[in-house]
Amino acid sequence: MNIHEYQAKQIFQKYGVPTPRGIVANTPEEAVANAKELGGNIWVVKAQIHAGGRGLGGGVKLAKSLDEVKTLADEILGMTLVTHQTGPEGKLVQKVYIEEGADIKDELYLGVVLDRAKEMPVIMASTEGGMEIEKVAEETPDKIVKVAVDPAIGFQGFHGRELVFGLGITDKAEQGKFIKFAKALYTVYMENDAEMIEINPLIKTGAGDFLALDGKMGFDDSALGRHPDIEAMRDLSEEDPDEREAGEYNLSYIALDGEIGCMVNGAGLAMGTMDTINYMGGTPANFLDVGGTANAETVAKGFEIILKNPNVKAIFVNIFGGIVRCDRIANGILEATEKVDVNVPVVVRLDGTNAEEAAVILDNANIENIITATDLGDGARKAVEAAKGAN
Amino acid sequence: MSILVNKDTKIIVQGFTGKEGTFHAEQCLAYGSQIVGGVTPNKGGQEHLGQPVFNTVKEAIDATGATVSMIFVPPAFVADAVMEAADAGIDLAVIITEGAPVRDMQAAKAYAVKHGMKTIGPNCPGIITAEECKIGIMPGNIFKKGNVGLISKSGTLTYEGANQVVREGYGISTAVGIGGDPIIGLSYKQLLPMFEADPETEAIVMIGEIGGDLEIQAAKLIQKQITKPVVAFIAGQTAPKGKRMGHAGAIISGSAGTAKEKMDALEAAGVKVVVSPAEIGKAVKEVLEAHKA
Repeated sequence: MNIHEYQAKQIFQKYGVPTPRGIVANTPEEAVANAKELGGNIWVVKAQIHAGGRGLGGGVKLAKSLDEVKTLADEILGMTLVTHQTGPEGKLVQKVYIEEGADIKDELYLGVVLDRAKEMPVIMASTEGGMEIEKVAEETPDKIVKVAVDPAIGFQGFHGRELVFGLGITDKAEQGKFIKFAKALYTVYMENDAEMIEINPLIKTGAGDFLALDGKMGFDDSALGRHPDIEAMRDLSEEDPDEREAGEYNLSYIALDGEIGCMVNGAGLAMGTMDTINYMGGTPANFLDVGGTANAETVAKGFEIILKNPNVKAIFVNIFGGIVRCDRIANGILEATEKVDVNVPVVVRLDGTNAEEAAVILDNANIENIITATDLGDGARKAVEAAKGAN
Repeated sequence: MSILVNKDTKIIVQGFTGKEGTFHAEQCLAYGSQIVGGVTPNKGGQEHLGQPVFNTVKEAIDATGATVSMIFVPPAFVADAVMEAADAGIDLAVIITEGAPVRDMQAAKAYAVKHGMKTIGPNCPGIITAEECKIGIMPGNIFKKGNVGLISKSGTLTYEGANQVVREGYGISTAVGIGGDPIIGLSYKQLLPMFEADPETEAIVMIGEIGGDLEIQAAKLIQKQITKPVVAFIAGQTAPKGKRMGHAGAIISGSAGTAKEKMDALEAAGVKVVVSPAEIGKAVKEVLEAHKA
């Protein structure tokens, strides 16, 4: 789960990670009131969406008067912001964050993620703030300082020293401030079961203070149960409605832009099915994992979600029946086709326990648009043909 | 021969009396696995599926001599269960539970390593030595005995792969589902050398997916120390960047962890890489015939 910048900054502040002051607004009037409350004579109006690259997309603007705050808030609220992370369809801006202006001397980068090879969190810092970190990693990897922290010992002095000397921070007062900043951020990461935190840019002000000018946080979904305060920050309007609906039925769904709907049990086999369709010359319309226990209800829901996509020309149901026997899944599919009006050809490949019985059940049902397949390759080929025939 | 587990392996189940634990322990017993007891706090002294129940892992080991634990406790209790098993002296914990927090697994795995306990999973189908010992949730009937070792991040692709190998007239020595979470126990790096050393295994199938770099590490290791033929499939060639494909670990972030990168590395290490899981069985047949010739 991801949260907005303003929410991440609320969490930062709780842990003593310094940020500029700011207040979130839902309307231009609120934006002006917030600017007044913050005081000063320069403000930043920032679109709140779950995607990076907002500045380049026109979602972050500087205001030098309260009138300008209102004009900009009016302009940004309700706009569909397109950035390199939103996809071409963009994201609707429903909230703006009004923040006091900051005196930027240097822009840095600071993040915490899990290093899967070392199996511990790693703090990543760079002097190349404001740039996409992946790009820095690719072009100038020596400009990223990586310090892994073993949670068994926590953030120690040497971790901090490796960071500041790696970044070339020589002023002693600045070193102290940066180390305190990084240590607090590590604590934010650990205590909230974050999956990643990214501050880009982290700025150094003219006075030598460090401030989180941006803040991005993602959380481990498996740990949300013990963080009701964070779960309450969930913004459902930022999530794909179909993916969300699927999630409510314990289905894992991701829309893609092809023509063949896929319904598969298991994430690996689901990806493998997409790959096979592609290999046979077709294009997958989605990733859909119906989980270990495919039954009539989950299959019916799967059909429903897949068929919402108007590009779908055929559906490939690929289920490997293990503990759940294929004959039961076959009956589930028949039941599902009664519940949902399936108007495209459906290729069904059931393999594993009782596969033969399942084939008999499907054949005897004599449903016009159900095509049975004997194995994965055969099924993918038939699905590709069926989709082409429908064109 | 086989790797890690066989017909003599004594197993306890943590989370024995729960719904999942009960269902799958029963299936494992039916397969012939030596489940010698289980642990459920406050149910010590009872009997379940004809086996004794204990309050703690220590008591269970003392009474039964078990060396392996199959873990079915709910996600929030997985770390505790793994650490208890490590502390009590279990050799191998097979963690089936899905949805354990990453931070918990990080701590639990570090503790297991410190105590010399191997782990498999979490969020995995488990391990099976064909026709001898099943510790997990896989359909046992698919796994006919034979000479092919199998290592897979994905559950259903393990079954798919094993099924194809059997259809080609071969069989499985041991199959290990290592899981697709960000932090997992035994991986290709530890398991490949075990299969290399196992006289019964003549070829190895490894099934990976996008995300992380375990397959890249495996490629380096294969180049150096594996002489047996290896067939590999990497799921997620068509997966878009930044989208999580079901498994918590299956996500391409930045330029790292793509299927192509992994397939290229494995191919360069001499592995027979297939582009569709539908080709696994055929590829195994090919490498085994070429190896004999």
